[in-house]
Amino acid sequence: MNTTDTRRASERPAARERAKQLGFLQAINQAQTEEMARDERVILMGQDLRANVFGAAAGVLERFGPSRVRDLPLSEAASVGVAAGAAMAGLRPIIDLTVASFVFGAMDQFVSQLAKARYMFGGQATLPVVIRAALYYHGGTAGHHADRPYPMFMNVPGLKIIVPSTAPDLKGLLKSAIRDDNPVLCFEDANLWGRKGRGPIPEAEDHLVPLGVAAVRRPGTDVTIVGIGQGAYLGMEAATALAAEGIDVEVIDLRTLVPMDWPTIYESVSRTGHCVVVDPATRTCSAASEIAARIVEDCFGDLRGPIVRVTTDDTHVPFSPALEKQIYPNTQKVVAAVRRALGR
Amino acid sequence: MTGSPARQPAAPEGPPGGTPAVAETLPNSLIGPDGRELAVEMMRRMLRVRLFEEATMTLFHAGELPAMVHLSTGQEAAVVGACLATRTTDYMTGNHRSHGHPIAKGADLRGLMAELLGKATGVCGGKGGSMHLADFGVGSLGESGIVGSAIPVATGAGLAAQVRGSDQVALCFFGDGAANEGVFHESANMAGVWRLPVVFFCENNGYAVSAQMTELTAVPDIAMRAAGYGMPGVVVDGQDVVAVYEATVEAVARARRGEGPSLVEAKTYRFHEHAYGLSVPQPYRDQAMVDEWHRTVDPLALFAARLTAWGLADDDELAALRAQVQKEVDDAVRFAKESPYPEPEAAYTDVYAPGSEA
Repeated sequence: MNTTDTRRASERPAARERAKQLGFLQAINQAQTEEMARDERVILMGQDLRANVFGAAAGVLERFGPSRVRDLPLSEAASVGVAAGAAMAGLRPIIDLTVASFVFGAMDQFVSQLAKARYMFGGQATLPVVIRAALYYHGGTAGHHADRPYPMFMNVPGLKIIVPSTAPDLKGLLKSAIRDDNPVLCFEDANLWGRKGRGPIPEAEDHLVPLGVAAVRRPGTDVTIVGIGQGAYLGMEAATALAAEGIDVEVIDLRTLVPMDWPTIYESVSRTGHCVVVDPATRTCSAASEIAARIVEDCFGDLRGPIVRVTTDDTHVPFSPALEKQIYPNTQKVVAAVRRALGR
Repeated sequence: MTGSPARQPAAPEGPPGGTPAVAETLPNSLIGPDGRELAVEMMRRMLRVRLFEEATMTLFHAGELPAMVHLSTGQEAAVVGACLATRTTDYMTGNHRSHGHPIAKGADLRGLMAELLGKATGVCGGKGGSMHLADFGVGSLGESGIVGSAIPVATGAGLAAQVRGSDQVALCFFGDGAANEGVFHESANMAGVWRLPVVFFCENNGYAVSAQMTELTAVPDIAMRAAGYGMPGVVVDGQDVVAVYEATVEAVARARRGEGPSLVEAKTYRFHEHAYGLSVPQPYRDQAMVDEWHRTVDPLALFAARLTAWGLADDDELAALRAQVQKEVDDAVRFAKESPYPEPEAAYTDVYAPGSEA
C-alpha cells in the first residue's frame, strides 16, 4: 500500500472537517462583533484595525461605524491609558495592541492606571477594559516581536489574564472578558492561529467560557501536565506519545492565569503525585515557576517526584532559524520532562 | 544657584504687602448678579484651598500626617479658575500636587482631609492618600502620583464623552515637568486628531522639583507645543483667577462645540518646597525671591484687592467669607481626626470589582 496515498485519502475529509471548525482569528472577530452588538458601550481600537491587517476585524468598521471602531496612533502608552480613562467614564474598550512585545511601551499605564485605579481610589473606579496582544514567537521575528510577557503582569494585582489555546475557548473567554468589570489581558498564542488552534464551532448562540476555570483536556492517572497556550497543545502531543509507553498522562489546559484555577490543579496533582508545567514564557519567574511553587507549598505531602518546568530558555529570541527553535518548549522536551518527573 | 522661573508674568507693581495694581475695569465674566456670585465663589474656593493647605501644614508640624504632601499654595488661582469653568458633571484628572484640584472641583473637604490622614472615611477609604485624591461624585477621576500618568486617563474620559454623544469635557491638570513625559505628547496628539473634548491645563510653576523649566524644556512656553497637536494654546497669568477662568471657559466652550482640545498654560508660582518640609541639600532658589512672591503674587491677596476695588466685596465681607471657610476646614480636620482607621481587611478589597476577586 502506498502510504502517501493513504495520508491523502484521510486528509481530505479532515480538511473538510477543519473547514467547519472555528479558527483563532474568526473566534476573535465573532467574540468582538457579538459583544459590540450586545452592548453599545463596547468600543474597539487598535493599530491597523480598519484595514484588518491582522485579520480579526473583518466587517467591524462597516457594522459599528467610525466612532466605535478606531485606528490608534502608534502610541501604546496613551492607548492603554485612554482605555482606562474611557472605562472610568463609562465605556468598555477593547484595545488590540497587536504584538505582545508592544506592551512594554505602555507599562506605566498598565501598572499605575489600569491595574491600580480601582484600588487606589477606594473602589470608585471600574475598569472594564480588554487588552489583546498576540504572542508572536516561533516565526523569525527576533527579540522585538516575540515576547511572552504575561508572567510580568501576573505580578501586578488588579489585572486578569487569559491565554486561550483553542479557538472555541478564545471566543468564549474573550466574550466573558469583555463583560468582566475588571481589566483583562488576553494573550493570543500566534502559533495557534492556524490548524493547531482550530476547534469545533460552539453550538451555543451565546458561547461563554468563564474566567478562572481550567479545562482537563485528557484525563490520566500517572502524571499531570499543566499547559499554558501552545503548552497545552504540546502537553496533548506528549501525552499521545507517552501513552504508547503505557504512561497515562492527565493534561490540564489552564486557559486563565489570573484568577488561577488552583482547585483543578491541586486535585489532579494530589491524585497523580507528579507534575510537569509547560509554559512558553521565559523560565525565570515564569507562570510555571509560580505554579510549581504553589503546588510545593500546598500539595507537598502528595508529591512523589520533582515538579519539572518546560519553558523557554533564559535567553532572548534569536533571529536565525538555526538558533531560534531550540529555545522553546517542544513535544520532545515535554516527554523528557515527564520521564524526569516520574524518575524514569 | 538662584533664579526666577522661566517667563513668569511680572509681579504687579505696588508697595510690598500693600494693594497691588489692579485691572481698572470689571471683567465681563463678573458683571451683574451672576458675576458677583461667581466672584465670591472664586474667592471662596481659593480660600478653601489656601486654608486647607494651612491646616495640612499644621498637621505636618504636629507629626500627624502619615506621609509627605505637595501643597497647592500659590497656585490657587490656576486650579480654581480652571475648575470653575467646568461643571460638576465634567471630568478632571490631576497630579501629585493634588489637594487643590478636587477642592476647586467642589469636593467635600471632610473626605479629602480624612484621606490625608489615612482614615476609613477618606474619599479613597485611606488607600490613596494625599497624592491620589479622587471624588468621582464631582467628576474627579483621580490624581496621579506618577507625573504625567493621568494625562491619558483624562483623554480617555474625553473619548467616552465623545462616543456617548454627551457634551461633557475633561479637564486635565499637569505641570511643566509632565510636559516632557511621552504620554503628554501621545495623548495631546490623540485628542487633537480625534477632536476630543479635553482641556489640557498646564500649571507651570517653573520647577520640576528642583530643576528650573529653562534647564529641562526646549521651549519657553508649554503652550507652544499645542501647535504640534492641532489645537490652540494660550498662556495666561496663573495668579489672576479671572484671566484663568476666562481662558478656560473659552477652551471648555470649544470642546463642548465639538471643535476639539485646547492647551491652557497658567504661569504660576509654587510658594513652598516641592514636598512640604522637604530638605534639599543644595539650595536651588533664593528664599528672598520666594518671600517676595508671597508679598507680590499671592493670588488671594491680588483678587481680594480687586474685589474691593470693583466694589464686589468689602473688607468685612471678605473677613466673613474667610471665617466661614475656616470653619469648614476646622470641621474637616476634626472629622478626619475623629474618624476611624480602616480595618486591616481593607488592604485586600477593591483589588478587583466585587464578585470577581481573583
